[in-house]
Amino acid sequence: MLSFRWRRGTGDGKLWLRIRRNWQLYVLLLLPLIWLAVFRYAPMYGAQIAFRQYSSAFGIEGSPWVGLANFERFFNSPKFEPVIINTVVLSFYSLVVFPIPIILALSLNQVKARLFRSSVQMITYAPHFISTVVIVGMLFQFLHPRVGFTAAIANMLGQAPPNWMGDPGAFRHIFVWSGVWQEMGFNAIIYLAVLTTIDPALHEAAVVDGANRLQRIRYIDLPGLLPTAMVLLVLSTGRVLEIAFEKVYLMQNPLNLGVSEVINTYVYKVGLLSPTLDFSYSTAIGLLKGLVGLLLLIAVNHAARRLTNNSVW
Amino acid sequence: MAAMTSYESHINRVKESAFDRVFMMGNTIFLLIITIIILLPLIFIVAASFSSAEAVTAGRVTLWPVDFSLLGYETIFEHKKVWNGFANSLFYTFFGTFFNVTMTIIAAYPLSRQDLVGRRVIIFAFVFTMLFSGGLIPTFIVVRDLGLYNTRWAMILPTGIGPFNLLIAITFFRTTIPPELNEAARIDGASDFRIFRSVILPLARPIIAVLALFYAVNTHWNTYFQALIYLKDQELFPLQLVLREILIQNSIDASMLIDIEDLVAREGLRDLLKYSLIVVASVPVMILYPFVQRHFVKGMTLGSIK
Repeated sequence: MLSFRWRRGTGDGKLWLRIRRNWQLYVLLLLPLIWLAVFRYAPMYGAQIAFRQYSSAFGIEGSPWVGLANFERFFNSPKFEPVIINTVVLSFYSLVVFPIPIILALSLNQVKARLFRSSVQMITYAPHFISTVVIVGMLFQFLHPRVGFTAAIANMLGQAPPNWMGDPGAFRHIFVWSGVWQEMGFNAIIYLAVLTTIDPALHEAAVVDGANRLQRIRYIDLPGLLPTAMVLLVLSTGRVLEIAFEKVYLMQNPLNLGVSEVINTYVYKVGLLSPTLDFSYSTAIGLLKGLVGLLLLIAVNHAARRLTNNSVW
Repeated sequence: MAAMTSYESHINRVKESAFDRVFMMGNTIFLLIITIIILLPLIFIVAASFSSAEAVTAGRVTLWPVDFSLLGYETIFEHKKVWNGFANSLFYTFFGTFFNVTMTIIAAYPLSRQDLVGRRVIIFAFVFTMLFSGGLIPTFIVVRDLGLYNTRWAMILPTGIGPFNLLIAITFFRTTIPPELNEAARIDGASDFRIFRSVILPLARPIIAVLALFYAVNTHWNTYFQALIYLKDQELFPLQLVLREILIQNSIDASMLIDIEDLVAREGLRDLLKYSLIVVASVPVMILYPFVQRHFVKGMTLGSIK
C-alpha cells in the first residue's frame, strides 16, 4: 500500500558517499535484517524439500531429490479434490460478505448523535478483541443442543433443540457468519476513515440540487469508498487459499470433516500430526498453495487495474 | 471519533425532507438491530456464567442469570492449569511485545528516511513475506534446528516483525517527522544514533503505543497457533491452549470437580465452568479495550494511508 520510489543518486561516487554517510542507519537495520533472513527467508530456501524426500538425518541439502513426486502424490490423493473444493468454497463464501462492513460504515456515517454513534461503534468493535479459541468456545456453548441459547429458546417454544455444530451442512454458514459477527465493526473502521476524507462540498452541492440522503450515499459516499474497497478485495482474493487455520481447525469435528478439511489444516495434519510426519509432502502442498495464491493475487490486481483503475501496486 | 462534519451543520439548516426523516429512522433501527445481534451472545454467556449448574444443564438460561451462583468462578479460581496458562500468556505477551516493538521501530525509522540507499528493496523484502512464505514445515524446521522447539523462545523470536505493522510505523515516521528535523540535528553535529535516541524515540511514543497494542493483542494474547506447533510441555502452555483443551476438546481435569459427589451435578458444573472461563479469559482485554480503542482506530487508519 506504499508507493515506492527510489531516488537515484547522480553518480556512483555520490551513491557510495550517501551509503557511508548513513552507516549508522544500516547498523540499526542489522538486527531486523538478520531476523528477516533467519525466520522468513531461510524457510523459503528450506521449501526446496518439497522436491526432495526429507529426513532429519540428512538435513535439507542432504536429502535425495525426488522431482515432482510429492506434488503428484497430492494430485493423485483422494484428499486432493475435497480439500481444494472446501478451501475454495469457504473462501469465496467469506468473500461474498465483504460489503457488510461497508454498509455498516455508510449507515454509521449518517448518524449525527455522537453518543449513539460512539456506543454503536464501541459495541460492534468489541468482538474483534475476543480470541479465536473463545469465539469458537462461545459458538459451541451458544449453539449447544442441550445447554445453549438456541436450545433454551427451542425449549421455550416447545421445539426440539437444533444441533448445528454437529451438522456438516451448517458448518460453512456458522464459520462465515460468526466471522461477520466478530469482524464487521472492526472492518468498518477503515471505511469510516475514508468517508471522513470525502469533500463536504460535494454533499453541499448535492443538497442544493435536491438530492436525498440515499442518493447522496449512492452517488457520493459509495464511489468515494470504491478505491479502498477494491484494494481490500484484491488483497483478500489473493489470500483465498489462506483460510484462517486457527478457526477452522478449532471448529473441526469428525462429523463435519468432509466440508471443513481445508488446505491449511491438511498441511498441518500431514506434516506435524500424522505418525509418519511427512515433512516433504506437507511442504509440497503448502508450496503449491503459496504459489497459486501469489499468481492469483497478481492476476486479480491486474484485472482490478484494468477494470477500475485501482490496484495495490 | 464522531466528528460532526461542517457540511452536516450547514445542511441541517435546510429542512429535512420527509424521505430523509423516514430514511434516518430506518437507519437508526438498522443500527439498533445490529447492536442487539452483537450483544446477544455476549449477554447470554455472561448470564449463564452467573447461573446455577442445574439451570445451565436444563437449558433454562437465556438473557438473565437463573438461580444466581458464583460456583463456576469459584471452581476456576482453584484451577492451577488456568492460572499457569494466564501467567505464561502474560510472560509471552510482555516480552514478545517488547521484542516486536523494538525490532519494528529500529527497522522502520531507517526505512522511513528518503535518503537511505536501498530502502525500496528492503521494504519490498519485508512486504514480500506478506504475499509468500516458506510455509509451515520449513519454518518449523528452522525453529527446531535453532534449538528453540519447546522453549519459551519459540513463542517470542519467530514473531519478530509483522510487515503490516512495519508499514504503519514507516508511514508514521514519514508523515510526522519532517526531513528538516534530521538536517537540523545533523548540522548541530548529532549522529544518526543520537538523532534516533534523542529526537525520534520521544516523538515516536504514539506509534509505539499503537504497535504495542497490535502485537500484544493480535500476535500474543489471543493466538494459540504458535504454541500449538512449537510447545510440547503443558507447563509452557499459554492461556489460549489451556482454553482450547477445556472449551473445545472438552477435557476437564477431574480434580477440578472432585468435591462434587453427584454425577449429574458434576456434569452440570462442567458446562457452567466453560461459561465462566469464557468470561474470565476475555475480561483482561475487554477492560482495556475501551481505553485503547482509539489507538487501534488510529493504527488502522495509518495503515490505510496510501
